[in-house]
Amino acid sequence: MGINRLNFFRVLGLTGVSLAFGKKLNASQPSHSKEKQKEFVGVLYDSTRCVGCQECEIVCAKEHGLPEPDPNDYPTTDVVRKTNENRRSVINAFDTSKGEVYTKKQCMHCGEPACGAACLTEAMHKTHEGPVIWRGDKCMGCRYCMISCPFDVPKFEYQSTNPEIVKCTMCNERLQEGGIPACVENCPAEALTFGTRKELLKEARKRIVENPDLYYDHIYGEHEAGGTEFLYLSPVPFKEIGFKTNLQNKSYPSLTKGFIGAIAPVDILLPAALLGIYEATKSNKKNTEDEE
Amino acid sequence: MSQAATVQSKEKPENKIWPFILSELKPKGKIFTPFNIISTPIMLAGIIIIFLRFWNGIGSVTNLSQDVPWGLWIGFDVVTGVAFAGGAYVMVFLVYILNMEKYKPIVRVTVLNGFLAYLFYSGALLLDLGRPLNVVNVIIGNNFGVSSVLFLVGWHFLLYMLALFFEFSPAIAEWLGARKLRKALSGLTMVAVIFGITLSVLHQSGIGALFLMAKEKIHPLWYNAYMPIMFVVSSIFGGISMVIFEGSISHKVFSDQLEENSHEKHNDILHGLSKICTGGMFVYLFLLVLIFVHQQNWEYLPTKMGIWFLVEVIGFVLLPMIMFYYSYRNKKILWIKIASIMTLVGIILNRMNISIIAYKWDAVVRYVPNWKEFVVTLTIIFIEIWVFRWIVRRMPVLRKSPSWVNESH
Repeated sequence: MGINRLNFFRVLGLTGVSLAFGKKLNASQPSHSKEKQKEFVGVLYDSTRCVGCQECEIVCAKEHGLPEPDPNDYPTTDVVRKTNENRRSVINAFDTSKGEVYTKKQCMHCGEPACGAACLTEAMHKTHEGPVIWRGDKCMGCRYCMISCPFDVPKFEYQSTNPEIVKCTMCNERLQEGGIPACVENCPAEALTFGTRKELLKEARKRIVENPDLYYDHIYGEHEAGGTEFLYLSPVPFKEIGFKTNLQNKSYPSLTKGFIGAIAPVDILLPAALLGIYEATKSNKKNTEDEE
Repeated sequence: MSQAATVQSKEKPENKIWPFILSELKPKGKIFTPFNIISTPIMLAGIIIIFLRFWNGIGSVTNLSQDVPWGLWIGFDVVTGVAFAGGAYVMVFLVYILNMEKYKPIVRVTVLNGFLAYLFYSGALLLDLGRPLNVVNVIIGNNFGVSSVLFLVGWHFLLYMLALFFEFSPAIAEWLGARKLRKALSGLTMVAVIFGITLSVLHQSGIGALFLMAKEKIHPLWYNAYMPIMFVVSSIFGGISMVIFEGSISHKVFSDQLEENSHEKHNDILHGLSKICTGGMFVYLFLLVLIFVHQQNWEYLPTKMGIWFLVEVIGFVLLPMIMFYYSYRNKKILWIKIASIMTLVGIILNRMNISIIAYKWDAVVRYVPNWKEFVVTLTIIFIEIWVFRWIVRRMPVLRKSPSWVNESH
């Protein structure tokens, strides 16, 4: 019986530990909403203004030490250009019901990023200001962020022996020094606007109201994936310009919250239940042995 | 038999333990067996490829891309391998928690298999990590990503390996003739069992939960919110099928380790296991139908992916379930073995479908593993079998514990 009592105390002790851990676990989740109370910054991209000059691609490469873009690789309606480990932002051209329309693609900087919830070392990190950044000293290169991101943003350097995850960081270093993202600063057509998300939404709505014929009545990123820091305006439905329109409006981390919430209770209750079953069947066994 | 007897009669004073271990390191048994002749060149090639992977990057030996970040090494080695290793927690549950003495002869070998599977599959995981040295960040807390499913899977994985080691450790103590150590370690078995089962249930389901955020990327016939539960249920019959399959091979290969009446005993065990498999698969199919009807997935059936789904569910879940049931009622041992192989194929299909085949099923360019990925996967499996064989030939895994074990009680 001594060992059983010992077992019991072990279970009790671990229950306490799990409870403490569980609390920490629960506490870590609403922190997102606490951060949300602070205004996140973002970028509004207006595809009715974009002329497809690729200046944003060039300054982005320069800013982040990426290879200079190939001048022969320009947006046409025949191909969909993708971001990759050498370019964090691309411009694409689409043939639409209102003629040729350009779009810019880069990280959307979700309010509650799936990559951040996926990352087991918090290498993918939503800063208090709004950008989602990648931290090399933490990342172990598992690529779970790539599996989880609904926009397929994070890219991986497969040819490197010390690979990095490459994605737009909203020029976080520039923001820290009081600047604005390089693409926004250098856009000659003023298609990009930097500001707090609230201001940008207001501005976007104003543009739609003032020019209802020019704009399609939807701000992409206002609700998609729980809301993103990058917001888009378009003259045509977003499906026509290659946007994912089947995404949920709840945040992606909400999909795993139920499971993560169940872990602590199972960790606590299952050992106790198993111990109970063990005790019950053990006495059975003893009885049958006695009868024999 | 003679080999077993000599080991049993060996009484070693503690100070002679190192010469004993050195003598045990030498190979026992024939060197030029067909298995050795086939596996050695593959393992050598695999080691060269692993070297290239660290020299030139993951892209140099795999066909992974920006669209397909997880390939064969994760989809088969880890996601499928963990389901196959599920036999260990099911068997210790039957033997230690439910006190089903009948299954006791195979519990040690199953635990050893589970432990080696976890050891080598986590080794395979390290190959797939871009920055493998940073894996310590998860343990030292740089940072603890407590809202990450993978973080929880990782920790449960690690702790479960420890639990499996403690569950197996009495066999190591018996091998070394360390009586006091054995007594101390076997005292820990129940603790290891209880936490081991808990950790298993959570990481088996956690592997299903890994894919929850890939909602639009996985074909709706495979994606559902209940993937964590489905992964646990399928790991029960998948793990048992592995026990049946592996046990049938071990009983032929290591017949020298077994007692005379073990054959009938083993058939009796297989018979009991086929019943558990039938039950597990019935529950799985029932849940599958519920999910299918609830999600109204009828429209996907007359498509390519729909037919592929039916192949998996009817061909490799329903059919082996019927075979398990039939062989349970009619005591057909051969049928049980065939059904177990079909079930294993079904588990491979299911895990590979979720992680690779139905993942971005509509992409223009599909991922097909590079031959080098297959060679590395085979290398890992072969090394595991070599280590398994080394241990079984030396430690009391399949054969009975040395006589002093029962005397000391």
